Amino acid sequence: MSELDLNDKVSEMLAKSEANVIKSEKTFIHPEDEVREVVAPDGSIIKINPIYDYFSGERPQEEKPRGGIVEKFLNWARSESIWVLGFGTGCGSIEIPPLVTPRFDMFRFGIQMRPTPRQSNAFIISGYLSVKTLKRVIRTYEQMPAPKYVIALGSCTINGGMYYDSYSTINRLDKYIPVDVYIAGCMPRPEALIAGFVKLKELIKEGKAEKANEYARNFDEYKANQKKIIKDWSMPDYNW
Amino acid sequence: MKTIIEKLNSKYNLQEIVYQRDNLVFAAINKENAIDAVTYLRDYEGFSHFVLMSCVDWIEDGKFQLLYLLNNPTLKSDLGLKVYIDRNNPEMVSAHHLWKQIWTYQRELKEAFGINFPGSPRVDENFVVEGWTDIPHMRRDFDTHEYAQKTYFPRGDRKTNDPAEYMRKKLYPNQPITAKQRKDDK
Repeated sequence: MSELDLNDKVSEMLAKSEANVIKSEKTFIHPEDEVREVVAPDGSIIKINPIYDYFSGERPQEEKPRGGIVEKFLNWARSESIWVLGFGTGCGSIEIPPLVTPRFDMFRFGIQMRPTPRQSNAFIISGYLSVKTLKRVIRTYEQMPAPKYVIALGSCTINGGMYYDSYSTINRLDKYIPVDVYIAGCMPRPEALIAGFVKLKELIKEGKAEKANEYARNFDEYKANQKKIIKDWSMPDYNW
Repeated sequence: MKTIIEKLNSKYNLQEIVYQRDNLVFAAINKENAIDAVTYLRDYEGFSHFVLMSCVDWIEDGKFQLLYLLNNPTLKSDLGLKVYIDRNNPEMVSAHHLWKQIWTYQRELKEAFGINFPGSPRVDENFVVEGWTDIPHMRRDFDTHEYAQKTYFPRGDRKTNDPAEYMRKKLYPNQPITAKQRKDDK
């Protein structure tokens, strides 16, 4: 393939991937994220757009529950395997390590910590959430495979807590990502966290923890809220 | 320490000299002489450690006050040099060539107060908040509560209780309030 053909093909692909993504106002772009030309090993010059090329431009898909006894069985299985992403967003993350000790022992509930979003299905937002962290939270949440669950820990995720008047922390988490269980307190003890997990398991078994589908259904609304406060949106709209 | 201050005073004409402790002195200095004085203190008087650089917003006087806090490890003494700059045209000579950590302080002040430091490396990059478009958030005319109200979906039903009063009502609803408690409440 000649160099010209390749360039045409690349620009065509770029236009296609950009068309799939909802356009957003990108006022701040980090130098690393700017479109650049790179020399490939065979000497040809290729155009790289880091924001779009490294991710899929697809929107999230809603997956309807199968219903009946199959769904009941699946929900039972899901409720017994809650794998939590080890990502502490605020001060509440200090309440999670005691759960791994013999005293509280979360493994008896089928809960364990995982190091990557690709392996986890539960996300604990632990305490106050700054706008800067929210950007990372959205990016991480969207990388988790569905069905996925969000536990909001502490009063800050409910109404802002003691940071209700802060310019940099959000007040209500459920406006930005869907939340399954709230655990109130500042800070909740590990026992409260376990109670929250038990509640989450009940919800899953009843088939009420379908928030990943809700996110897909109300995707535009959530995106509008997220983009209202994240001004330097240097990532694709769906980070899958 | 006293001799150093006297020497500095004769050289650069200090104002508002405050001897806070034997080993802690604050003084104000002209904007033009400030970086000269800091360089002199570092190179000739042994103030080799740069402690911090901060800013105070004197909105009533229309001024920003920059503070360069220096430490002399031999004398175990600190010297704070205050510089007043105009609030409407906040610009200060950069001191990034003296200590590398000043890069970061100046980047922080640029973001939090909007003070320009021309020539300072990486001064325009984000420091703490990303993509800030409002007025600099540490200025006193920035109303953080109002900003949060209009930006972050506040819950209307937010209530505040006095913890002592709330627990007393909850745990001992029938018990009369003692004189001491009434006094404490006041």
